[in-house]
Amino acid sequence: MTLSDPGPWGAFIAIGAMAVATYLCRLAGVVLMSFVPLTPHVRRGLAALPGSIVVATVLPLIERLGLAAAVALLAAIGAMFVTRSELVALLTGMAMISAARFFGF
Amino acid sequence: MQSHDTQPPLAGNVAPFTAQGMLLGLRKVSVLLPGIVVFAVAFGAAASAKGMSLVETLLMSALVYGGVSQLVAMELWRPEWSWGAIVGLAVVTATVNARSILQGASLQPWFARYPKGLNAFHLFFFTDANWLIGTRYQAEGGRDLGVVVGAGLGLWVVWVLATVPGHMLGALVSDPRRYGIDLVMPIFFAAMIVPLWRGRRAAVPWVVAGMVALLTAKLVDGYAFIIAGSLAGAVTGAFRDDAV
Repeated sequence: MTLSDPGPWGAFIAIGAMAVATYLCRLAGVVLMSFVPLTPHVRRGLAALPGSIVVATVLPLIERLGLAAAVALLAAIGAMFVTRSELVALLTGMAMISAARFFGF
Repeated sequence: MQSHDTQPPLAGNVAPFTAQGMLLGLRKVSVLLPGIVVFAVAFGAAASAKGMSLVETLLMSALVYGGVSQLVAMELWRPEWSWGAIVGLAVVTATVNARSILQGASLQPWFARYPKGLNAFHLFFFTDANWLIGTRYQAEGGRDLGVVVGAGLGLWVVWVLATVPGHMLGALVSDPRRYGIDLVMPIFFAAMIVPLWRGRRAAVPWVVAGMVALLTAKLVDGYAFIIAGSLAGAVTGAFRDDAV
């Protein structure tokens, strides 16, 4: 007995498979951590996690996106430091990258 | 200090979940809406270019609700599907979205105070944006889960709706790179460094995370660098106080 091809429903099954994979990722961290006791080590690890995720996401992206992106992100961090407003940071960063790309960087 | 000295401030058994919190979440996420609209329009355009129907495109935005993974899926999209291709697509999707495993873990001590059913519901709408918003809000002492849920739901509605004009306009959408739209999430991520900053000592794990992520990005294709770097940072944070 062989599994017949998905046929005309293939696209919908593919979307469903993506949805299940994504939802399991969203659940997994919360479910797994509910079995881990919050020892001081675990607590310190969790405390270091958000900043680590941010840096680990952004640094390689800067390397891939180039110098203009690096300047834009630094400008955004500077704007955030001064104003504490995500909106100002976002507008500053977008303005920098648009200008840099307009001038061909 | 009593036995509760390891608890963060405002801890205990308070588990607020209010409408005001949801409105606050909506307000916090509104900053990102213009960027998300353009991202969704770009995805809709890519999907129509790949021959996906409007229903399929909307279903993907509504059920997957993960911008980067949806764009990556467009690279792998095909007119005819085999079971192998579907499994392959699911695996790629899981690797792109694996960062939400760690994001969920980082907020689990907060989420754990709420009923399992509520968590199972709102985690469906858990994404980069409301993780960042929730993380900052919690770091500033906030404890109302409504902020995470309101931001996630609001963003979801906009994400799904904005897919429609993208699909219909298709080729009319010119290169989104020109307006810096591809940098919206990276900028938002980078700006988070400021509210998360707790001095140089606390930033040592971040440096480790960054180095490991850069190295992994050089050695391995795809998005494994986020996981490898983040885990390295968390492990560093967990054990470095022993050495000092």
